[in-house]
Amino acid sequence: MSKPKVGFYWCASCGGCEEAVVDLAEDVLKVVEAVEIVFWPVALDFKRSDVEAMKDGELAACFVNGAIRTSEQEEMAELLRQKSQLLIAFGSCSHLGGVPGLANLWDRQAIFDYVYKEAPSVTNPDGVVPQERLKLGSNGYALTLPAFRDTVRALDQVVEVDYYLPGCPPPVKLIVNAVMAILDNKLPPKGTVLAPDKALCEECPRKPTKPDKLALKELKRPHQIQIDSEKCLLAQGLLCLGPATRSGCEAPCVSANMPCTGCLGPTSRVKDYGAKALSAIASLIDSEDEKEIANLMEQIVDPIGTFYRYSLPASLLHRRVPHKGGAPA
Amino acid sequence: MSEQWEPRVVAFFCTWCTYTAADLAGISRMAYAPNARIVRVMCSGRIDPQFVLKALADGADGVLIGGCHPGDCHYQSGNYKALRRYTLLKRVLTEMGIEPERVRLEWISASEGDRVQKVMNEMAEQIRRLGPLRLERPPKPHRAAVKEREAVAVSSQGGAR
Ligand code: SF4
Ligand code: SF4
Ligand code: FES
Repeated sequence: MSKPKVGFYWCASCGGCEEAVVDLAEDVLKVVEAVEIVFWPVALDFKRSDVEAMKDGELAACFVNGAIRTSEQEEMAELLRQKSQLLIAFGSCSHLGGVPGLANLWDRQAIFDYVYKEAPSVTNPDGVVPQERLKLGSNGYALTLPAFRDTVRALDQVVEVDYYLPGCPPPVKLIVNAVMAILDNKLPPKGTVLAPDKALCEECPRKPTKPDKLALKELKRPHQIQIDSEKCLLAQGLLCLGPATRSGCEAPCVSANMPCTGCLGPTSRVKDYGAKALSAIASLIDSEDEKEIANLMEQIVDPIGTFYRYSLPASLLHRRVPHKGGAPA
Repeated sequence: MSEQWEPRVVAFFCTWCTYTAADLAGISRMAYAPNARIVRVMCSGRIDPQFVLKALADGADGVLIGGCHPGDCHYQSGNYKALRRYTLLKRVLTEMGIEPERVRLEWISASEGDRVQKVMNEMAEQIRRLGPLRLERPPKPHRAAVKEREAVAVSSQGGAR
């Protein structure tokens, strides 16, 4: 029997998810032994035309990382959907929109104005911005670039997704388990996020020091205090989002004295990660005084970046209809 | 703005105070703006910020939250919890480009029918001034609906790890 064919693709992403595949280390051998990788632009020389030449469903599984920002990414998502039996959203950006999704606070115009004209490091006296089509000379030849959309979307906001591998990037253990589940045909119902459905605190090494009832009088940022390397970070006043975040990563950030920023996203019962996270934090504030509460909340410098760092496109509000202008503050 | 547009407000009222006050306003035949659909909850502390976002995402132009006065919550401190969540939620809304005035929290006791009338009228006016909340409709997720229980069962068997 021939080995199942597998593909990897990247859209709007940083490359960290590709690193995660490399991080499989010797486990990658198990994977390579069991499957045939037929498409992986970052590592192997295959072209879109190779995918187009495949039969529908020829790929047993395709792992797509990155959010969807451009017309080309949309097309690739659609193409890979058609050619794959299983399409797996790989990593936070593909799962929930990820860090690139924070750009939904602005629209295309504002981003172009800032990036190509207004940013202090830019010299662009002619105000040149990328064009989707550019006629060259008189021979009628035209260069084209993919369209840059107003809105960043998660993969399942573009095509149907079968499974999700959460994380920024997904933890190695979850990747291996997912690949093995695919090979052994032991997958859970479609639509499942392939990680345990309980909060990160449950597997956090600091859990024993987390008080049953937390009452925070102050919120702190990691550089402001000498962090106790054993005590629960929330109990130290740091904004650790462990209570609102899905487990499965074994808390590497927390183990390195950094509060969890929520990259694995919410558990299955939560519809909006940010709302859940802000609710969890607000509930722990120990104050009944309106002014004091307002002051404490002001200490959260960047609420969207804090609570929606990985999930703005997948949030319930999605975004306000883009209004023109207004460069990033 | 079309001439037909009427502000749509979802009001989450705690059953012990604000909802009772709204009842009283009704019994006392106090007329007020008909723009709010009232959702009765046990306590303002039960209002998950996700309820507010869901209301806005599904077409409300504003959300009103009503609870017992400080010190009067039937469950001791639910209203303080509501206040803390509301304060933080307003910061998030502002950063998302949504006018924070679209969401309002009011303490209204069971006897304050007149206050329900006043707040409902003010809220309708406030939202009318702000205009419709235009959200870009999130593309519907193309995701096989997982039954919650199924997903939970799977992960507790360890099957999905
Ligand atoms: S809040 Fe953070 S540090 Fe505390 S137990 Fe949960 S994950 Fe660990
Ligand atoms: S601790 Fe939090 S931020 Fe770090 S990997 Fe785990 S889920 Fe992601
Ligand atoms: S019962 Fe009214 S606010 Fe808690």
